[in-house]
Amino acid sequence: MSSFLNRLFGAAVLIGVGAHGALAAPPFKPAPIPATDLSTWNAEASDFGKHPVKKPLHVPGFYKIGTAPTPAQITGWTITVYPNGVGLPPGQGTVAQGEKIYGQNCAMCHGTFAEGKNGYPQLVGGVGSLKSATQTKTMGSYWPFANTVWDYINRAMPFYAPHTLKPDQVYALTAYLLNMNGIVHSSFVANAQSLADVKMPDRNGWNWKDPRPATHNIACMSNCARSGTPKITSNAVTMNLTPHLTGPVDHMKNGK
Amino acid sequence: MTKPNRRDMFKVGAAAGASMIAASARAAGAPSAPPADNAWSNSLGHGVDSRPYGQPSRFEKNVVRRYIPWLSPTRDADASFTPLQDQPGIITSNGLFFERYHSGRPTINPDQYRLMISGLVRKPLLLTLNDLMRFPSVSHIHFIECPANGATEWPAAQVNSLQLTHGMIGCSVWTGVKLSTLLDEVGVAPDARWIVASGSDGAHMDRSLPLWKCLDDCIIAYGQNGEALRPEQGYPVRLVVPGWQGNVNIKWLRQIEVSKIPAITREETSEYSELLPSGEALGFTWVMDAKSVITFPCPEKPLQGGPGFYEIRGFAWSGRGKVKRVDVSVDGGKTYRPAKLDDPVLSKCLTRFTFPWQWDGKPALIQSRVTDETGYVQPTIVQKHKFWGNDPIYENNSIQTWQILANGKVNNVQLS
Repeated sequence: MSSFLNRLFGAAVLIGVGAHGALAAPPFKPAPIPATDLSTWNAEASDFGKHPVKKPLHVPGFYKIGTAPTPAQITGWTITVYPNGVGLPPGQGTVAQGEKIYGQNCAMCHGTFAEGKNGYPQLVGGVGSLKSATQTKTMGSYWPFANTVWDYINRAMPFYAPHTLKPDQVYALTAYLLNMNGIVHSSFVANAQSLADVKMPDRNGWNWKDPRPATHNIACMSNCARSGTPKITSNAVTMNLTPHLTGPVDHMKNGK
Repeated sequence: MTKPNRRDMFKVGAAAGASMIAASARAAGAPSAPPADNAWSNSLGHGVDSRPYGQPSRFEKNVVRRYIPWLSPTRDADASFTPLQDQPGIITSNGLFFERYHSGRPTINPDQYRLMISGLVRKPLLLTLNDLMRFPSVSHIHFIECPANGATEWPAAQVNSLQLTHGMIGCSVWTGVKLSTLLDEVGVAPDARWIVASGSDGAHMDRSLPLWKCLDDCIIAYGQNGEALRPEQGYPVRLVVPGWQGNVNIKWLRQIEVSKIPAITREETSEYSELLPSGEALGFTWVMDAKSVITFPCPEKPLQGGPGFYEIRGFAWSGRGKVKRVDVSVDGGKTYRPAKLDDPVLSKCLTRFTFPWQWDGKPALIQSRVTDETGYVQPTIVQKHKFWGNDPIYENNSIQTWQILANGKVNNVQLS
């Protein structure tokens, strides 16, 4: 199976270090995934043993339909970066470079200080807030792995021109946002290895096993209300939050 | 008032158009009733193919998808809602099926469409749309529901509408190739455990899925209710993951990447995860728990006609299998009686229920409560708050209460 591993996981190693001939750089080492996370993920794959992997019905290529993609085609479309850093391309970027790119490409939506603006997401802050009454979910406070920052900026941002930034620019933005969140020093240089090694504040806050069913109602048929006559606690008609439900689609431009 | 009056007749003559009769009669408030013919019965109708792609009657123009303007700063990353109050049966019309975009709706030329299956496989595969359609196919009816369906109703009854509190769901006949067929064709490596499915929209929307589900019942769909997928639903190809939250049903699907571990994408961390009051985050809550709602009466469809007989109608569904029973209460949950389930009752599919009701004209609080085949009973909002906290975003499958007023109007309320 080593050839399969090389195709996905090994390839990234070769691309990550070899392509730009960075001979002095140490070889990329995927970051270790916490053992508890890994064992849960493995168990999820078979629904915790309830669905053992089925045997294939045919040998691969049975139908002889379609073509084999070229390595270039596969590389072009395979942009996923995994939590151990596998999939990160060559390149690097500094916090200072990221600040400049952020100002030009991101601040108009996310705010000058990444504080969020006009309903667009806040990117900074909230570290330590998740157990409080005012939970603030940002990449700094909430995201368990740094790969997601690079991956999401690369695939989906900037919003108006997704997947148009160069890897160096994505590295720089990642470095800047991690620094703004107080996770890395202002001298941090983001590259495949340094990002894979970043430990996010909430990495251990995640449960990957679905705890549901988490509510246990019973199909009671009579005398069901525990405290006599049910009391109305809220009524939407008083909230003034409902758009018009007839006529043309209501954009609620007036007064809302 | 059994025939158009003189003034209307004159108008018709002036317009020299027989089709105007109905409109002008209506404008004058004149009922068209027996024994006279209606105007449309005294004229020649439109010919075949006068509308090569059919449209609803123009009198149904209120039946459209609607959105909540204060939810999102931009329509490119927003949701619109299915008008369930006007959906008579379990199938959602393609033009009314709710939308959820993360980066807008792309326009894809099917000739340029490609699906790549790569990663930990023996033979990576690149398929055109025609290639995909040559594989053995299946056609199954399933609902797709956004886990944020009902999100506005977590802290309190806030939006006075069935459409906008329950309409992020649709149910269609999905036709396509089983994902297991394609995974067999590429030969999944023994140590593969997951896939990462990616779309070709601007968001390159991607989600990780465990291999067991992919080999179980997922469909790479190109057909929806008797035609090609609508662009809103991923034209030309989407992933259908029966019973699981909407966003994993990747639209405009371009790649299935087989891997050893999940990708932990932004969509499975910041976006579609659950942060509990304790600070614990739940990463994978894919299955949509059982839910039901009364679609008549509802805020959009009050009781018109005073006390008397009404048929309470609604839908129930479960991401874990079939609906086993639905019970209806007309006294705010003090007592329940069983509703009748309408065939077909299918797994991970909307099920229609009905309940005969003699309304005495007094205020009432009506509810429906589903039990699915696993024995799971739809909870109250009070029960939901105990585990999930008072204002999370997702997984609001609580029992809906509609308040019936003496004048027949219907409001969305929550009970203690």
